[in-house]
Amino acid sequence: MSTQNRFNWQKAIQLGGIAGLIGVLIALVGMVESFDHRDIVAGAISMGWTMLLLTVLVAAYFSASHQPSKSFSLVASGITGFIFSLVMSLLAFLIENLDLRQILVNASPNLLKILTLENGIPNGLISLIVISTIFGILGGALYILPAKIRKAISLGLGMVAFLGLMEDIIQVTIASTGSGNSAIGWMFGRGTQSGLSIIGAIVVFGVVIGGNLLWGTNAPKINAQVSKMPPNRQRSLRILGYGLILLVVLYLPVVLGLYLTEVVNVTGLFILMGLGLNIVVGFAGLLDLGYVAFYAIGAYTVGVLTSLSGQLSTAFEWNFWWALPVSIFICVMAGVVLGIPVLNMRGDYLAIVTLGFGEIIRILALSDFLKPHIGGSQGIVNIPPPDFLGVLLNKPQTLYYLIVAGCILALFVSQRLRDSRLGRSWKAMREDEDVAQAMGINLVATKLLAFATGAAFSGLSGTILAVKLGTIYPHSFALLISINVLSLIIVGGMGSIPGVFIGGLLLAGMPELLREFAEYRLLIYGALLVVMMQVRPEGFWPEETHKREFHEDAPDVTPVQEAA
Amino acid sequence: MQSLKRFSWTDIFMWIVGATLLLLIVIGSTLTLQQGKYTTVQWFDLAVFGLAQGSVYALIALGYTLVYGILRMINFAHSEIFMSGAYLGYFVATSMQRNGFLQENPLLGIVLIFLTAMTTSAILAVILERIAYRPLRGAPRLVPLITAIGASFFLQYTFRGLFGTQNRAYPEIDYIRGAIPLFGDFQIQKIQLVVIIAAAVMMASLAFFVQYTKTGKAMRAVSEDKNVAALMGIDVDKIIVRTFVLGASLAGAAGVLYCFMFRIVTFYMGFIPGLKAFTAAVLGGIGNPPGAMLGGLFLGIFESLGPTLFLDGLGIPAPYQLKDVIAFTMLVMILIFRPTGILGERLSKTKA
Amino acid sequence: MASVLSALNVTKQFGGLTAVNSLNIEIVENSISSVIGPNGAGKTTFFNCITGFYKPEFGEIIFKGNRIDGLRPDQVTQMGISRTYQNIRLFANLTALENIMVGYDPHLKTGWLDAVLRTRRYHEDEKAAHDEAIKLLRFVGLAGSGDQIARNLPYGAQRRLEIARALASKPALLLLDEPTAGMNPNETGEMMHFIRDLRDSLGITILLIEHDMRLVMGISEQITVLDFGEKIAEGGPKEIQSNPRVIEAYLGRGAATEGMATSENKSG
Repeated sequence: MSTQNRFNWQKAIQLGGIAGLIGVLIALVGMVESFDHRDIVAGAISMGWTMLLLTVLVAAYFSASHQPSKSFSLVASGITGFIFSLVMSLLAFLIENLDLRQILVNASPNLLKILTLENGIPNGLISLIVISTIFGILGGALYILPAKIRKAISLGLGMVAFLGLMEDIIQVTIASTGSGNSAIGWMFGRGTQSGLSIIGAIVVFGVVIGGNLLWGTNAPKINAQVSKMPPNRQRSLRILGYGLILLVVLYLPVVLGLYLTEVVNVTGLFILMGLGLNIVVGFAGLLDLGYVAFYAIGAYTVGVLTSLSGQLSTAFEWNFWWALPVSIFICVMAGVVLGIPVLNMRGDYLAIVTLGFGEIIRILALSDFLKPHIGGSQGIVNIPPPDFLGVLLNKPQTLYYLIVAGCILALFVSQRLRDSRLGRSWKAMREDEDVAQAMGINLVATKLLAFATGAAFSGLSGTILAVKLGTIYPHSFALLISINVLSLIIVGGMGSIPGVFIGGLLLAGMPELLREFAEYRLLIYGALLVVMMQVRPEGFWPEETHKREFHEDAPDVTPVQEAA
Repeated sequence: MQSLKRFSWTDIFMWIVGATLLLLIVIGSTLTLQQGKYTTVQWFDLAVFGLAQGSVYALIALGYTLVYGILRMINFAHSEIFMSGAYLGYFVATSMQRNGFLQENPLLGIVLIFLTAMTTSAILAVILERIAYRPLRGAPRLVPLITAIGASFFLQYTFRGLFGTQNRAYPEIDYIRGAIPLFGDFQIQKIQLVVIIAAAVMMASLAFFVQYTKTGKAMRAVSEDKNVAALMGIDVDKIIVRTFVLGASLAGAAGVLYCFMFRIVTFYMGFIPGLKAFTAAVLGGIGNPPGAMLGGLFLGIFESLGPTLFLDGLGIPAPYQLKDVIAFTMLVMILIFRPTGILGERLSKTKA
Repeated sequence: MASVLSALNVTKQFGGLTAVNSLNIEIVENSISSVIGPNGAGKTTFFNCITGFYKPEFGEIIFKGNRIDGLRPDQVTQMGISRTYQNIRLFANLTALENIMVGYDPHLKTGWLDAVLRTRRYHEDEKAAHDEAIKLLRFVGLAGSGDQIARNLPYGAQRRLEIARALASKPALLLLDEPTAGMNPNETGEMMHFIRDLRDSLGITILLIEHDMRLVMGISEQITVLDFGEKIAEGGPKEIQSNPRVIEAYLGRGAATEGMATSENKSG
């Protein structure tokens, strides 16, 4: 924010340069190329290009915010876009003239083709420059617009991108329900093309903007109407809402079909773990990086107890329903045993030591030392699917109910613990451990309960994983799982239970759907953690505060507020 | 009774665990030595290998310890700084190998590899500090820590994206190949000797730098008390950046030495040495540079001799598979029974 | 004149530094006592020894006939001692009400299963904690602010909330570490009335560390003066004001007492 009314050249160029470097990075790690196969709008714009243009848009938006007047803002954002395109052009030029592939594996002719829109240097570069500059100006325009409209447009663009990405899944789902393609077929690309059709994109964009603006003007009225209702009507409305959600949840696998149910199942296992880690990290503030250990212990316990392979030293061959409580009990014990050494450690030390624990468990599982008992690097095979009242839970659609039951149980338990003395103690400990202890809270018991509860949820998740896969390998329990779960609760909002679900859908569900992402999963998570900590450390759905002081004191306060 | 009440059951539990481990170590070592499966020469080779490995750990550990001393945070991404130096050093090494430069001027070539690696690591560390850490000064402790974890994975997978997933074999430099015979059957690998000497020289220069240069003195002042140092006219931000540069250059050099020894470059090569180096830093007392050096050397030897010495006698198959378990267990035990490390003040528990 | 707390020869060292040196103090039941002394005299260290945060190397601390030195802070609190901090240490992201409810924790028995199953004990405990918190909010004049996040409260309100949180454990002895630090004379006066009121209406014994001499002299029945970890004087306000060693300890350093009242940040 310059105090003078002068054009801020420096910022405009600087931001363009930064955006350019980010663009080069996105291109060189291979994202542009591998995402190019997927169109957002069929034949018009691919996912790879979307990432580049999004970079321009955001950089130009910030560039515009550094200018003293609206017209300056537009010019500056254009310049930012232009500089971006220059940097990208330089990259294209280098790829054409030097053999970079020896070192940078993704600097391929194919990337060059994408960057130059298949027109080659110099013609393609001109289009690159023109498009980037236009998108820069659009970013600036977005800054100038009033907040309400900006929000609606962003939402509209987001929705187009989302539907475009999910096109194949939506098509398949609709086809599987048998209601035919014709009804919404016009919305999507034809034949082998992916993404929305151009008309479809425009319609989606328009509908979302219209709907958003309408909702924006009407929502307060509707809310006011609901809150005017008598309390028992409000309650029955809420129960009706929960009932509807439950119905949808129960009916879901029928609609989704095999593949999508499998995706939901994987997401569900991550959410289950997330709910557990949320207790440890979100409530109690204990940064545990070895959380995967309990996932592994749960899976291995069930594996050892139920496997029919006959390769292990002891063949228990138990029924799953007997093994389940034993497995959870062992995880709880493991939570306590691994919790005791770290009782006096804080922050960084706790993180590293728990990380070490996670690795110890994995290495032990891999070792020849324990191979006779738990299979070593070959893992445990032939874990039978559970049998529930005569129904064999061996398909995604049936396992789904087991996972949902697990999630609901974990949700229920964590919500109730949060709203109790224990939840308060955890949060107090998170805020200030010494003071919490000085207020009479027994830190040992409180911490161990957090570790044990978290371990139980993670163990339950691992238990289900074992019967879902039927085979378990040490490699399924890498550190990356811990990081994945940690990322999802941080993105959702530490300490926030709905946040776990949001984070789970975004960070576990999406990458399952978009297979190209899988390769870049940790790269994106890493960047997301860094950015979130700077911009929004409380997460997308922050932990809510409880309003619990009854309104009996309200009369003392309200008149003052009205007078003010 | 009164005194018994003062020990909680958790303390007693940890004492029992500690005692059991100690007992296992003693019994295992005795049995191994009694069985006499290994010759003195073998033990000597293991020890020298451990010393070389420990020198690398020590160099990386210095980076953790310097940054911790000054910012009171564990720079989780330090292991990736180490990796980045090794990677870029590799590209220079291969291209020099291909055009024959390395064979003709081996010394100059090696110096160039080191310079590349150290510069890369230093630049990356400066960028990291500027973008990720600096805006977070004064934020709650968990925030920079999570940032560092995120940065670590971001860097790791960016390198994977940029340079590919394959393991790359480091070129063999003839100049430092082969062994030097000592007395009897004893001999020492040239590479190991190079690693040990290079690390020793670098650590000595660091000690000199911290003790006698102006920047070194300022660094010590800032780690003592940031606010007072600022009042004394020290540019704290500048000193922090220099600390990062210093730690990162050592990590970059360590990356090259590591590659000389193990001759392989991958994007995830930083993780385990990073964790080990952190253990070394804690072992020596984090925030304490001489401690980090000592801790590194000790850990290297411990890890090299430990699995065979402690576990072989107990009849555990393939004990070297468990060397990381031994290292991490030691980390936990140190943090519990002597959180101050060998040298250094108690920092794992914050004072009120 | 029963004594509620007595410290016998308490010594606390940090490395080579002796922060508190064989200190003997008797606190009479239902009294208001003060510990004063220049910066770094060991006042807060002494508090930390009483509350179990530090374990003294030598000596005994006896509270209502039981030895409490060496106990953990939570055990000490359960026995009936609670405290506030020099630089307010509330649970910053919890609401005012929740802060007080945490303070009430020693009186709750809800276990893990009670919480999950919402047993009768859970409901009783929650109601008791909530009622107590509402009562205390009113007592410290914060009625209506219960749902505010603690860090958003104004400074004076945070001080009072911290006292309310300490009171929630229903202590027999309340330790106040500089309750008026950072307050203007008006607020200090109010705080003085408030502290006296605490003793009179709740019957709590109060021990405070304070730098504001007007407050100390106006409210305390017994004053202990520390310098370099040692007790240099003890007695009522009159005796202390005329004690030459006290004057030397303060003025010998060339610092006026008023100046210290605002500048001290760290002691012990």
